[in-house]
Amino acid sequence: MNQIWQSYKVAIIAMLVALGALLSSVIVVPESEQVVIVQTGNPVRVYNQFRPKVPYGQTDAGVHFRIPFVETVQRIDKRVRDLDMQPQQVLSTDQLRLEVDAFARYRIIDPKRMVRTVGSTENVEAQLSPIFSSVVRQELGRRSFASLLTAERGNTMHNIRDKLDAEAREYGAQVLDVRIKRADLPQGSPLQSAFARMQSAREQEAATTKATGLRDAQIIRAEADAQAAKIYADSFGKDPQFYDFYRAMQSYDTTFGSTESESSIILSPDNEYLRQFRGNR
Amino acid sequence: MERMGGLFDRIALAMAGKNPWGGSGGADGGNGNDGEGGDTPAGDGGKQPDQPGDRSRGPRNPWLPGGGNGEEPRRSASIEDIFKTRGPEGPRRRPGGPGGPNFRLPPAPGGRSWMPLAVTGVVGLWLAFSMVHQLGPKEQGVVTTFGKYSSTIGSGISLTLPWPIQDVHVEQVSEIRIFQIPEGDAEKLMLTGDQNLVNLSYLVRWSIKDLKQYRFQLAEPENTVREVAEAAMRASVAEEPLDSVFSGEGRSNIETNVRRRMQEVLDAYRSGVQIHGVEIRKTDPPSEVEEAFKAVSAAQQEAETYKNQAEAAAQQVLARAQGDAAAFDKVYEQYRLAPEVTRRRMYYETMERVLSRTDKTIVEANGVTPYLPLPEIKKRAAPVAKPAGGQ
Repeated sequence: MNQIWQSYKVAIIAMLVALGALLSSVIVVPESEQVVIVQTGNPVRVYNQFRPKVPYGQTDAGVHFRIPFVETVQRIDKRVRDLDMQPQQVLSTDQLRLEVDAFARYRIIDPKRMVRTVGSTENVEAQLSPIFSSVVRQELGRRSFASLLTAERGNTMHNIRDKLDAEAREYGAQVLDVRIKRADLPQGSPLQSAFARMQSAREQEAATTKATGLRDAQIIRAEADAQAAKIYADSFGKDPQFYDFYRAMQSYDTTFGSTESESSIILSPDNEYLRQFRGNR
Repeated sequence: MERMGGLFDRIALAMAGKNPWGGSGGADGGNGNDGEGGDTPAGDGGKQPDQPGDRSRGPRNPWLPGGGNGEEPRRSASIEDIFKTRGPEGPRRRPGGPGGPNFRLPPAPGGRSWMPLAVTGVVGLWLAFSMVHQLGPKEQGVVTTFGKYSSTIGSGISLTLPWPIQDVHVEQVSEIRIFQIPEGDAEKLMLTGDQNLVNLSYLVRWSIKDLKQYRFQLAEPENTVREVAEAAMRASVAEEPLDSVFSGEGRSNIETNVRRRMQEVLDAYRSGVQIHGVEIRKTDPPSEVEEAFKAVSAAQQEAETYKNQAEAAAQQVLARAQGDAAAFDKVYEQYRLAPEVTRRRMYYETMERVLSRTDKTIVEANGVTPYLPLPEIKKRAAPVAKPAGGQ
């Protein structure tokens, strides 16, 4: 080994230098990156720039070359990235507070412009983030609390996206989508009052339910009584006199026939029952 | 010891071709004294490998130029020897077991160096690992050539070019992945359409539909799926009133809506993600107002109880009425056949029953004071007796 080194020292060094030069002039561009070649601070070329219609495999990714030392390489994410907003308190037109957490999806579509304006994706995010917050506040602040929650949400989101997109274009970025991740009542009094409202609504419901139950029960009983009365009337009305007698007999049975209380009956000999007692007069 | 020394020589030569630190083995072979190499850091021991005894012991290293073995100009202390004698491993010396600091491979067959074999092995392994890809049934891989997408390989064995040229990224594709929001049992409050709060947790089942999109389109695909799920769920819950969120139908509406929304958004991102389903695991009232909700269901139960009791009572009343009426009708039927006799009979039977169970006193005539056993009865009897007496 040493022998080879000794003999071909110059050649080996030359080869290593050549290899180094080749390696430093070759750029491997993966599908997920766009590469900007910067020459003395000036972006001159872009490899694998995002084009919406080009399918993977036919893009500009792969091996590219640059002039070492003269041209520097800046790699920029080509993929759709997440721009997260700090949770914001939004005051709706009806003076209700809502804590909103939204996200935007964006991608760099003009890397040259991005390199010129801000330099890196981190800076794009840092610059867009406050714009995002203020656009969200502005747009949502124009709506009533109820409309924030429901159908108008889609429309609002489109407005926010368009506004943010207009700003993002300045940085060579495109905003694909803005969505509200969370819309909550802020901690503290708004949340507590919502709980109180829910609680009172439920208490009212409970009281109403109970009262309705009692009312229904009463009606059921009354209906049964009425029907029973009709049954009695239909039956007994056929001969009220006989009913009087029949019922009296039952009543005597119940009143005097019970063995529980000891009762005494004093009868006059004139009593109808004792009529035969005297024998035929 | 002598045999080991020779072994060491050959391996030392084989390993390094020319040992850059000087032929330590030669020193051993020459006089069997390990210490000598270490004692001569200036490198004068370098001549010793050329001793005839050394050369005759085994086949020469074929990589070395013939005879040039000992004539090299660079000499230095044998570090191995220094370690052997003075280093921390010194006392163990060569007889140390395999795995010790001085372990050496046995000579290759034919006495040649291990070097070509080792290099071939490493290269072979590298090629085998980076060219042959075996994918499981659920897996797919994207093949990139210098970073550029070339193809997608499915399950089974596939061949690609070796690593720096082509790279394969393998992902479980058809596997249905599940995540839950929120993780664990934390409370997650969402606003409903009627501005109430509901504590909701749900599962999302998804898989990769298009691996190359999944791989290249989104910076954080999994995170994106989660965030989209969160946004879609909140939007859908905000469309339904609280009671509907609790009801089965409302829940299934929400599930369908969320799934549709997620798929739309993810397709718009061209994320290559397929949403298989969204399942709401539970919908609860917030813990702060749970008691009030329980009170409502208690009230519902109570109302139901009232009604049931009323129903029962009503049934009793009706049954009683029907029974009484039916009994009267039966008797009346008989009565109509023979009114007077039936009437009499009933009268006597009732009197029998009544009077047989009571104490009876019969007052015979006017002016006779009846004997009554108890004063209370006397009192009570008086008004009864009077009209009797009056007759």
